[in-house]
Amino acid sequence: MAAERDAVITGIGLVSSLGEGMAAHWAALTGDAFRPVLDTESFPPYPLHPLPPIAFERQIPKRGDLRQMETWQRLGTYAAGLALDEAGLKGQPDLLQRTELIVAAGGGERDPAADVSILTDLPAAADPESLLNQRLLSDLRPTLFLAQLSNLLAGNISIVHGVVGGSRSFMGEEPAGVDAVRVAVARIAAGQGDLFLVGAAAAPVRPEVLLHYEMGGLLRKRNWAPVWARQADGGGMALGTLGCFLVIESRAHAAGRGMTPVAAIASVANDRCRRQPGEATANATRQLAALNGRIDPAATAVISGASGAAAATQEERDWLAGLGMPVRAVATAVGHTMEPAFPAAMAIAAIAVREGRLFPPLEAAETPMPAPLRAALVTGWGHWRGEALGLVTPA
Amino acid sequence: MTADTDSQGRPIVVVTGIGVVTSLGQGVADNWGALTAGRSGIRRITRFPVDGLRTTIAGTIDFVKVTEFSTPALSEAIASSAIEEAIGMAAIGAKGAFPGPLFLALPPVELEWPQRRALAAASGCAGGSQGAIGYSDLLRAASGGAFKETYRRFLFASVGETLADRFGTSGVPIEVSTACASGATAIQLGVEAIRRGETEVALSVGTDTSVNVEAVVRFSLLSALSTRNDPPEAAVRPFSKDRDGFVMAEGAGALVLESRAHARARGAAILGVVAGLGEMADSFHRTRSSPDGKPIIACMNRAIADAGLVPDEIGYVNAHGTGTPENDKMEWLGLSAVLGERAGKVPVSSNKSMIGHTLSAAGAIEAVFTLLTLRNGVLPPTINYDIPDPALPIDCVPNLARPADVAAALSNSFGFGGQNVSLVLTREPG
Repeated sequence: MAAERDAVITGIGLVSSLGEGMAAHWAALTGDAFRPVLDTESFPPYPLHPLPPIAFERQIPKRGDLRQMETWQRLGTYAAGLALDEAGLKGQPDLLQRTELIVAAGGGERDPAADVSILTDLPAAADPESLLNQRLLSDLRPTLFLAQLSNLLAGNISIVHGVVGGSRSFMGEEPAGVDAVRVAVARIAAGQGDLFLVGAAAAPVRPEVLLHYEMGGLLRKRNWAPVWARQADGGGMALGTLGCFLVIESRAHAAGRGMTPVAAIASVANDRCRRQPGEATANATRQLAALNGRIDPAATAVISGASGAAAATQEERDWLAGLGMPVRAVATAVGHTMEPAFPAAMAIAAIAVREGRLFPPLEAAETPMPAPLRAALVTGWGHWRGEALGLVTPA
Repeated sequence: MTADTDSQGRPIVVVTGIGVVTSLGQGVADNWGALTAGRSGIRRITRFPVDGLRTTIAGTIDFVKVTEFSTPALSEAIASSAIEEAIGMAAIGAKGAFPGPLFLALPPVELEWPQRRALAAASGCAGGSQGAIGYSDLLRAASGGAFKETYRRFLFASVGETLADRFGTSGVPIEVSTACASGATAIQLGVEAIRRGETEVALSVGTDTSVNVEAVVRFSLLSALSTRNDPPEAAVRPFSKDRDGFVMAEGAGALVLESRAHARARGAAILGVVAGLGEMADSFHRTRSSPDGKPIIACMNRAIADAGLVPDEIGYVNAHGTGTPENDKMEWLGLSAVLGERAGKVPVSSNKSMIGHTLSAAGAIEAVFTLLTLRNGVLPPTINYDIPDPALPIDCVPNLARPADVAAALSNSFGFGGQNVSLVLTREPG
């Protein structure tokens, strides 16, 4: 069965409100009566999953580098470092020089104080346009541009960790995170590379990030509830702070350097539709059919990337109900995270598959799985667009 | 008998359709005419008042109208125009059913000042001493549902999804941001997808319309922009001793990529070949190249090797050539190493001297122009080359277009964040 050009995961760098590293996440997910870590104070009425205590200098030792980044880039660069450590690549220039980097990038962190100060002064100005120019010239920090520029997460990973084989940043919320993984797996299968570092980060405890999704009417307000339970009163997204990077390499390459993989990525499919009722379901059904015969439903669980946003989450819930497999919604545990949502769900699936068991239900709507876990399906339905299905199998 | 696979046994990827919009005009014909006439598209910014700005010029696209201006709205409109031209030329697929995926290079998307001000106005706060506006006020204004369309417009996926809907491309569009190399990365992704047999056809597009007030200020604060505002058309001076920065510009370039086997089977006219891809990230600095030039040298060498060529076979270089002191120095250093004794003899010109720096779109637009260069046997000039820089003894095709029979060309794209991509483009053997 195992083939040389299979894609295997040899390193996971995961940081979320639950902590950092695979062990911390597994411990949190398997502990008695799971409770998420929530921040309801920073931006009420929005419940958010915050940054855990984190010593960035452990992965980003130079203060000069840290100063050049905002939280989003720091978190991603940190998670990338953890993944490289796990995969035994840290400080291996020969390997890092041919490690291909694919980042699903967000970015766009602003200086909120400058924004509102300018907005306050504009209405009274004799010439608002002229004042805007003046204020932008004096209030924007030159370094902030780079500290929030989308492709500079990848740039910082190159600078801090020396990953320089190639560098691609994809944009586009959840589907970008899916395609980062999908393209790496496809390139490995085709011999267009052996060694990839793939991932993303999200740092949404910021007013400008909340503003965007609030315009879309998509945020959960006040009563936090688990993803499926919250559908009873309108759903909504509780955004999560998270960094996730995966080292993905060909099975032969991993074996050649004596690495024991965490798990294998057997398949990643990504699709889209205009989200007319039933269209997303049709995509998912087709993706599942394409895995025909490759999964044993009695030994498979679903790690769902459902965002919590009502329409997509409810359609996904109904589709999942028809599969009859145990389901866990990642966003209940760590919040919904846009670009890193799919990589993080793949990471959690990989850990569970390696452990050979599914973690306990995160809420009443989820059922226990006493049987051993032999494979995990991973869904990645974007809150607006994109439907993805991944399959993680034992290494 | 023409082979359909390259020396490494991979499907050869050809270009069967191109489309372009720049400040020089809309469409391949107008652009090529202006480019070979040595005309500049750089002009005074009129889109917003430029009071107090150090740089007041750009290569804006003012002849394409959108109902509500924003960078994503105009990026989408001009990308649409370039795609339509490219698909029309390739004569492929039914209307609204392009038979391959979309790879789209575009600038990062962020809420802009008109939208932010609209939210402030909707909050009912007077501003000034009457009442400071806070983000909580903006959030309250946002929550009424009146800004749903603004939310959609400023999603990162918005432009790609809209274009995918309009042109019926297959699968999920991939939006790319690798700074000023983005357009070349979009081509790389398309070529790789065809080479690995994932698709026979792909649409690679770069689009950028970043000339909004905050973006101009940001680049200005990095001291990256030329401040030679008068006259605007003389501002971009690649390889000249008195070059002082780049000029932001807008544009879109689109390429229909196709396996040669697929193109020949349907009898499509082949415009050229994307023969080689090269990439190497630079870990030296966020905005500067390694002083030894190693990453850009490796990037160019990889592209040439990937094409199954040797540096002696490169007959022309379409330079990144931004006109910043740093870029042109480093690019010459890299070219000197790659071309060896032929450096200084191989013509190297910068389209940016005329169209400005189209940022995320540059790699795609300049690939389109490089294909036209090969096909038409004319090298577009580097204009404004008045004072040669003795440190850069380059043949930059100064000021006047030149006929030349070139079979293989290199197109460079280097960006902030250590992004380096080179493409080797060749003529379809007659």
